[in-house]
Amino acid sequence: MKDDVKVIAQTADATQADAGLLGIVGAIMLGAILLFSAGFAQATVMHDSSHDMRHALAFPCH
Amino acid sequence: MLKHILTSAVFAGIVAGIFAAIINLWAVIPMVMEGELYESGDRVHFAADGSPQSDAGSPSILEEPSRHIMPAAFSVVTFTGYAFLMIAGIALAERYGHRLSLRQGLIWGLCGFITFQLAPAMGMPPQLPATPGPEVEPRQLWWLMTVICTAAALGLIAFGRNPMMFVGAGALLLAPHIIGAPRLDTYFGFAAPELAAHFVGSSLAATALTWSVLGLACAWFWLRLTREEA
Repeated sequence: MKDDVKVIAQTADATQADAGLLGIVGAIMLGAILLFSAGFAQATVMHDSSHDMRHALAFPCH
Repeated sequence: MLKHILTSAVFAGIVAGIFAAIINLWAVIPMVMEGELYESGDRVHFAADGSPQSDAGSPSILEEPSRHIMPAAFSVVTFTGYAFLMIAGIALAERYGHRLSLRQGLIWGLCGFITFQLAPAMGMPPQLPATPGPEVEPRQLWWLMTVICTAAALGLIAFGRNPMMFVGAGALLLAPHIIGAPRLDTYFGFAAPELAAHFVGSSLAATALTWSVLGLACAWFWLRLTREEA
């Protein structure tokens, strides 16, 4: 019985750790997507509407 | 955890993005608009008629207020993106026992400035309109490589435990600049050099301030949200 509790506790810890790591990886991916669309996407409409900001924030623009 | 990451990154990104939009409208965008006068030929520097000088002075941002809406929105998107990366870094550091404080948030912000603005500016300074550069794809690639190398180097300096890591950090910091950014063989810029120089200085100063605000805002929201539960 004691062992069972230990196993359950360990599993809970591992799941929590994975969820934390998942959140971090998700945040990095979300950040990269936002930055790509705001600073890197070359589609004309994206480029034109973000133009002044790209110059001001020094993204390689055109 | 996921909720805290999302919430603090979005709030910090909005704060820093609005700050960036305001400071850029005041100190940087007018020079972008002035550069465009050279781009369009409305102003000519060193004209063929023998007059080397051109008028100085930026157009007012109030001339065409609607053009500033989308760039302002995109500066919020950009700094929300940066906020997600910073909060991811902060969360990762806390997993390894490096507890955050508000002051450290400022250091995170300044490291972000070094990573995303200062290091790339060494090879590719902020570019005024009317200063043509090489193809955009190789420059984007160099920018990305520089950002990744610099971020890794600063991570090693901040969290490294043995001297070899500092040596590695030094190598990572130097590598992109030894490889070198894509450049043209000739100078093509046709805007006044004084304006281009002023633009670079103002752009870097504005981003330094904005990154400081972002670092403080990320730390403030993160501390508020994660410590509330404890």
